[in-house]
Amino acid sequence: MTEKQKDMAVPGKSVRAEIRHFQMPDTLGGKLRVWRFLIARRFIQVSILVLFMGTLHYGWTLFNQLVLTGNMSSSRLFGVIPLSDPFAVLQVIASLQWPHMDALIGAAIVLAVYLLLGGRVFCAWACPVNMVADLANWLREKWGIRSMFIVPSKTRYWALLLTLILSFILGVAAFEWVSPIAIMHRELIYGIGLGFIAVLGIFIFDLLVMARGWCGHFCPLGAFWSVVGRTAQIRVAFDDASCTRCGDCVKECPEPSVLSFKEAAQHGMVRSGECTNCGKCIVVCPENSLSFNLRACIRSNSALRSEHGSTS
Amino acid sequence: MSATDRRQFLIRTAQMAGAAACAGVLWSPLVRSQAKASAHALRPPGALPEEDFMALCLKCGQCVKACPFETLKLATVADDAPIGTPYFIAREIPCEMCVDVPCVPVCPSGALDREFTDITKARMGLAVIDPEICLSMRGLRCEVCWRLCPVRDKAITLNIVHNEGTNRHVRFEPVINSEHCTGCGICEKACPTEESSIRVLRHKFVQGRLGEHYSPSSDGDFKLQDVRRGTDIAKELNPGDKKQAAPGAGYFNRRGGRDGIIPGSTP
Repeated sequence: MTEKQKDMAVPGKSVRAEIRHFQMPDTLGGKLRVWRFLIARRFIQVSILVLFMGTLHYGWTLFNQLVLTGNMSSSRLFGVIPLSDPFAVLQVIASLQWPHMDALIGAAIVLAVYLLLGGRVFCAWACPVNMVADLANWLREKWGIRSMFIVPSKTRYWALLLTLILSFILGVAAFEWVSPIAIMHRELIYGIGLGFIAVLGIFIFDLLVMARGWCGHFCPLGAFWSVVGRTAQIRVAFDDASCTRCGDCVKECPEPSVLSFKEAAQHGMVRSGECTNCGKCIVVCPENSLSFNLRACIRSNSALRSEHGSTS
Repeated sequence: MSATDRRQFLIRTAQMAGAAACAGVLWSPLVRSQAKASAHALRPPGALPEEDFMALCLKCGQCVKACPFETLKLATVADDAPIGTPYFIAREIPCEMCVDVPCVPVCPSGALDREFTDITKARMGLAVIDPEICLSMRGLRCEVCWRLCPVRDKAITLNIVHNEGTNRHVRFEPVINSEHCTGCGICEKACPTEESSIRVLRHKFVQGRLGEHYSPSSDGDFKLQDVRRGTDIAKELNPGDKKQAAPGAGYFNRRGGRDGIIPGSTP
């Protein structure tokens, strides 16, 4: 028995409803419903870039304040609110430099937001590389290209550790100097140069070499947000009773290791910090067993359910 | 955990650490080779010393946005500066030395020093002259660099020497004074020769340094005197208002010896 089959067989549980698989609706309305999170994610990802570009090139203002200056490494919203990439600031600190208060406050604000939303919400909803990785993955599945080799997804934590060690040794923020993410948003905003080949590199790697290669295995920024994501307040809630274990969600998930039926059933949600809250699993579930919910609500629900189960 | 499990776990951990070490070996030279700027890629005013600047700069480009003259650019791969960091090439667009220095206070990380407010204290680079090509050095009346220098008649002064070629005229040799040159690059931009004969380079590519063991008394501060001589002679020759006449301009009007100079006068 494989791990997954073991996971699916639930002892002491009545026979589950017959398995129905996900069917893409024929109507446009139905399709849009399936694509709702995808559309929202692309809208937000593109909007962030457009706001940066508009402010830089056309001087967009709101109430006489520049809307969003800088890039995703560090920026200023409405001319006053500093925002900084906490991982970049962490690397600067690891290189034994103490940044100015603006960068520290900016990093704290961004960190606080993602502590609530879920760290890797950044990956699925803000990071521009996600669009490249998703495109590569879509083509890979369409053309039936299989990974050349398998690497554990935990490799990213080694990349994270290595980033901090190298920052300390080299005296500069090690990942920021090679980051394809930083290169992509910086060059989209400030003008595309030779650095953009790094983005092309990710596309080719994800398409031909390894499924979800960069985002799913190596990206130290993703690892950082995974650690932050452990306290996420918005989570994918799981209703065990209606689930038929068809596995469509697991097939669709860009981070398959986060979707364990056993764990999800036990906690009533996807708990892993590696979950990006992309919502792909939610829209393909034929039984609507998955949904976004607040962690607090999920906890009280599951508590209620277990209480109910024990009394009846 | 059984002994074999533990053994396997340790081996796996060692393997991952080994893979990480390999990645680090490839990664470090990439960072190190990136973290170098060429001599003529200049940093914005108020930039910390290069090592600190590169460690702190978040590569966000807010200074680029703040620059009203579009002087600053963010580097990409294979540019003259390390990737993502702001720089400018004086011959393309020099620093116009805004008195309010708008690029500095927007820096979120402090890579551009917030304490920095006086633009004349900027030391972005240091101008150097190619004496073989410089038109003024060749005896022509050019001195464009001296005329346009924002630190007027301090960063660049004119050294007036006899022109042996014609044996009648003088040469107005521009001289850079490192204690005043901000490295804005306006001179480099303005130089009329096809390749600029005056260039602004980072200090470390230009300036020498006396060793610890060097005793300054042995040359009686000779060099400084020598270099400054030009200014002194200019003052001597042309004691009138400098705004009305370039130093030494009276030389052309002189009839006979030095006594015949009529400062700032028109015939």
